[in-house]
Amino acid sequence: MNSRTSAVLASGVRKQYAGGAEGAGLNGFDLEVGAGTVCGLLGPNGAGKTTAIKILATLLALDAGQARVAGFNVVTEAALVRQHIGLVGQYAAIDEILTCRQNLMLFGRLNHLSGRNARQRADHLLEQFDLVAAANTPASKLSGGMRRRLDLAVSLIVSPQVLFVDEPTTGLDPAGRLEVWAAIRTLVREGTTVLLTTQYLEEADQLADRISMLKAGRVIAEGTPDDLKSTFGTNWLDIVVDGVADIDAAKAILQPFAAGELHIDAESRRISIPVQDRIRALTGVTTAFEDAQIALEDLSLRRPTLDEVFLHLNSSVPTNRQPEVA
Amino acid sequence: MVTLQSSRSVQSSQAAMARLGWVFADAWTIAVRDLQHWRQQPGIVIFNWVFPILIVLMFGLLFGGAIVVPEGTSYFEFLMPGMFAVTMLFGLETTMMAVTTDAAKGVTDRFRSMPMSASAVVLGRCIADMLNSIVGLVILAVTGLVLGWRWHGSVGAAFAAFGLLLLLRFALLWVGIFMGLNAKGPESVATIQVLVWPVSFLSNVFVDPATMPAWLGAIAQWNPLSVTSSAARTLFENAGTSWAAENAVLLAILMPLVITAVFLPLSVRKFRHLNQ
Repeated sequence: MNSRTSAVLASGVRKQYAGGAEGAGLNGFDLEVGAGTVCGLLGPNGAGKTTAIKILATLLALDAGQARVAGFNVVTEAALVRQHIGLVGQYAAIDEILTCRQNLMLFGRLNHLSGRNARQRADHLLEQFDLVAAANTPASKLSGGMRRRLDLAVSLIVSPQVLFVDEPTTGLDPAGRLEVWAAIRTLVREGTTVLLTTQYLEEADQLADRISMLKAGRVIAEGTPDDLKSTFGTNWLDIVVDGVADIDAAKAILQPFAAGELHIDAESRRISIPVQDRIRALTGVTTAFEDAQIALEDLSLRRPTLDEVFLHLNSSVPTNRQPEVA
Repeated sequence: MVTLQSSRSVQSSQAAMARLGWVFADAWTIAVRDLQHWRQQPGIVIFNWVFPILIVLMFGLLFGGAIVVPEGTSYFEFLMPGMFAVTMLFGLETTMMAVTTDAAKGVTDRFRSMPMSASAVVLGRCIADMLNSIVGLVILAVTGLVLGWRWHGSVGAAFAAFGLLLLLRFALLWVGIFMGLNAKGPESVATIQVLVWPVSFLSNVFVDPATMPAWLGAIAQWNPLSVTSSAARTLFENAGTSWAAENAVLLAILMPLVITAVFLPLSVRKFRHLNQ
């Protein structure tokens, strides 16, 4: 890839906050997002996700390094960058007092649409984000998921080339989370490049083509969701046998499929084994238990969790974190 | 690499004019947004307009009888020009609240990530808040007239007095923007809502500073509220001749300009440094 096909290109970006209190800095942040793809920037609190988004959206000055968005330099061509981006910040940045339609009209007008075009665009977006029924409801009275959807709709008034979405589902209930995911998928279908930050592996998994894992202001791993999980995490196969008496027999059956040590919890009659090839292990184990005529109460595959991936990365990657002011 | 054929270096004056046009168009859009707020939350806006009337009634009717005023004037006539000035001070809370709410809710960041100029945001706030204060002044003036307050000078002088009051409001606008950008959140506005009272009392609005201890009276005399109140009293001819401070009008022009000269650049600087 080069800057022609990269919607976002950052190299060696550094940012240190004075006093260090306000947020996490960046220590040599590199990122490349291909045009028309969705990139998930995944990391725990304080990894520098929001700082990265703010720098790329021209809201924050960088100390060192280079960043280009939609082909323009975020420092020297900030005004041009702003013409090509949309930003959905961590908190729904909408006017709480105005209604959904008034919000869309306001930001439409500020994007220099004519009154007529702004109205048409507002109608279209209300429809697209399933907000027609709430069109005349003040934003402060919306549910969390609806508010986020309105926020997204406002960011899309002029169809930005690159959309930054900072922790879109933090603080939402599961229903709201699904609503927002559906909304983001719609954008992706329309070809918008999306850079989204999240703390949840599941969210990145659901939405992103590629994931960059951020820790202490640097990208420490990058790849497709499956790449990352197979490289850094462990899949677990959990079985629960019917009776305590079956545990020893079950252990013998499972041993050949295990890629590591077995975990046995006699009290709940649960045995967990780490597996390499998920599908082969699942089908193999099922057949083996059928052949041995041992009844299973439950059988399930667990994907690695973000915690596991992070634990793995924490133990294997030096952080180079700048000394912090206590 | 994408090379940018920079036509920006040969900006014509036409492009500059177009940009200026957008600044005013965007500012008006933002001002209209505030007018929509009035419609959505009429209770809050109307309360802000009516509140000074409550103060007028309280001081005019309850306390007024016990307050010594300079000779040749009634307390009510003494009070009204000062109350106009206090109303301008109350406007500071409106400005600060609007600015700090936008910052806290991320709306300011949204504006900053859009291709519109920062001047438009500020100018829009200015238009909306000045309109708000003009309405507030008219409501208070009409109430005053109903209750028997009159100006005794020319209509022109009366308009000049209202002009000076709005000039004070304009100066306080920049104080409000600066404090709003520095505030931690809408909660900090509560502090200012409390602080406006000692600032109002430590002036010539409610009592004649001549009745205060000399040192305190001196401070009260130099309160910008006092200066504008004195000028308004002079222009409305609501004060006895002994009260007509010679330089009140001049000071009431200068002092708001000084406040503006300090806080306007501070606000602009703060806005620019939001990206640090």
